[in-house]
Amino acid sequence: MFGLDKKDTGLLLIVAALVAFAPILLNPFPENSALAQFNAGYPDLMQRFVIFGIFAIGFNILFGLTGYLSFGHAAFLGVGSYAGVWMLKLLTINVIPAIIMSTLVAGLFSILIGYISLRRSGIYFSILTLAFAQMSFALAASVLTPITGGETGLQTGLNDPRIFPEFLGGGATSGGNIPAPELFGLEMRASYELSVGGWLWTFNAGYYVCAIIMLVAFYVAIRIFRSPFGMMLRAVKSNQRRLNYTGLNTKPYMLACFVISGMYAGLAGGLMVSMDPLAGAERMQWTASGEVVLMTILGGVGTLIGPVLGAGMIKYFENIFSKINDNLLHQWFAFMPDGLEDFMVAVIHPFIGKGWHLTLGLLFMLVVIFLPGGLVEGGQRIGGLFKRKKKNTTTDTQSTAAN
Amino acid sequence: MGILEVKGVNKRFGGLQALGDVNLSVAENSVHAIIGPNGAGKSTLLNCLVGMLIPDSGSVTFQGESVLGRNPHEINQMGISRVFQTPEIFGDLSVIENVMIPCFAKRDGAFELNAWGAVRGQADIRDTAEQILIDVNMQDKRHINAASLSRGDKRRLEMAMCLVQQPKLLLLDEPTAGMARADTNNTIDLLKEIHDSRDITMAIIEHDMHVVFSLAERITVLAQGSPLVEETPENIKGHPKVREAYLGEAQV
Repeated sequence: MFGLDKKDTGLLLIVAALVAFAPILLNPFPENSALAQFNAGYPDLMQRFVIFGIFAIGFNILFGLTGYLSFGHAAFLGVGSYAGVWMLKLLTINVIPAIIMSTLVAGLFSILIGYISLRRSGIYFSILTLAFAQMSFALAASVLTPITGGETGLQTGLNDPRIFPEFLGGGATSGGNIPAPELFGLEMRASYELSVGGWLWTFNAGYYVCAIIMLVAFYVAIRIFRSPFGMMLRAVKSNQRRLNYTGLNTKPYMLACFVISGMYAGLAGGLMVSMDPLAGAERMQWTASGEVVLMTILGGVGTLIGPVLGAGMIKYFENIFSKINDNLLHQWFAFMPDGLEDFMVAVIHPFIGKGWHLTLGLLFMLVVIFLPGGLVEGGQRIGGLFKRKKKNTTTDTQSTAAN
Repeated sequence: MGILEVKGVNKRFGGLQALGDVNLSVAENSVHAIIGPNGAGKSTLLNCLVGMLIPDSGSVTFQGESVLGRNPHEINQMGISRVFQTPEIFGDLSVIENVMIPCFAKRDGAFELNAWGAVRGQADIRDTAEQILIDVNMQDKRHINAASLSRGDKRRLEMAMCLVQQPKLLLLDEPTAGMARADTNNTIDLLKEIHDSRDITMAIIEHDMHVVFSLAERITVLAQGSPLVEETPENIKGHPKVREAYLGEAQV
């Protein structure tokens, strides 16, 4: 189906189903239970899951296939964000031009950076991309303030011109309020809440817009992975010298790959501002570039689904673990004797709240040491265990039958 | 006029004269061996032919066109393929993919942005790749990762990768180095068969005289960066200059 083989179609359908039912799946605990803290099914976080999923999928096309580690991908995300906000300010509050423009502008920007950075490989390539990204960040925060809004960031305002106020249903300033981004009249922040028993499920318009785009992006990534182009990129990773002596020019292959990857990042940036029309320079900082590297490695470099899992994992930790505080811990351990309760809280304290980075760091170390293939390898190992067990039972039954 | 003409090529590395005024002419459809003691400049010469090194002076022409100043991929597209001394293959890819990549290079040129069509939809490429694997007797290993092949198989795979492009000139850098006698004989048979069945000119660098005398039609002896003699195998065996070059080194 869709020009994919059976396995990839299956994967795509599974991801589609997970994404479609995410508002339900991510809210496994009833609203009033003590564990409701761990529910991730609220619009803001779900949007982040899929947007950073797109970002990581794009990063993985570069890093996973060619092995070129870009440390400046956040620059493309940032450039895409600014382009998106400008479209929302100048053209229309409809998100479609913003999303398209942010992808294109990030693509152009990545041609420039890629053309220069790709003259080197290995660590020098990483350093060059890092330098460009930090330069973009510094410029956006200072010199380019008229374009980027400097440190306060760029956002939609009451006095924006919006030359097509009615274009595609986009509204001008409505009732004295700044209009919210929308798609043909459907506001991105619009939600439908469904309460079943103790559970509360929120179906958000913005989330589903992002989700559909993420599925398309995922599908395109599968096509690239399975194409001759993807095979050449894997050959670059494996032995660039041989590829040159085989009559292939690696430079345009690398540049094309870099630009595709940059466009994914720009798309993610465009979606971010479509959900929340505010773009700040800190989005381009090197920590943001590092985050997408972590996501990809945590999920599984070079795998299709890995980056999405990694993005989900990191965003979950960032939003859920960081919200757990000592009061909550005291509630959880209230059943214990006082001394023990305090002791438990003191032990867990460094790992929660502001300490979520510590938990994530430990997890990252464990994954890199014991599962170099990331979460995907973990899944495969578990799958392998079950398969072996099944095989053993079948041989057992066969041998009993033979007896 | 040979298919490959090397004229007055010089190459220095600092104070070392690696190649000094090398002249070489490889006739079309012949097997030309280049022999010489260690450090004679054989590999440097080969590197100059494929664009890995640029000579300080002199000219290298292939079918009347200069190869100097061209990138390795451009030289390959002209019809020159090279087998390296240590097998250069795509270790992370399967054997069949290793062979398919040169097929794509042959069909689509140096760059083709085919990011949408699936590899498995390319029936013609796959057929060509399968056929060459049958030719080198590796068809049962086509889904193995190339890195896990034995050294001999890696060499055969690399040769298949070069052959599948139907090059006009095949450069072989010690194709039997480190091989057992049986493997060496297999390689000789394979190369003979290739030479008989396809119109491929071959230039071989080799230490093993058994290989050289089984295959070569012309032999050039290099010593200290300069060609000593160019002769037929029969005449080279007892040539006094050749003896001197090899024995002279042995006495040191």
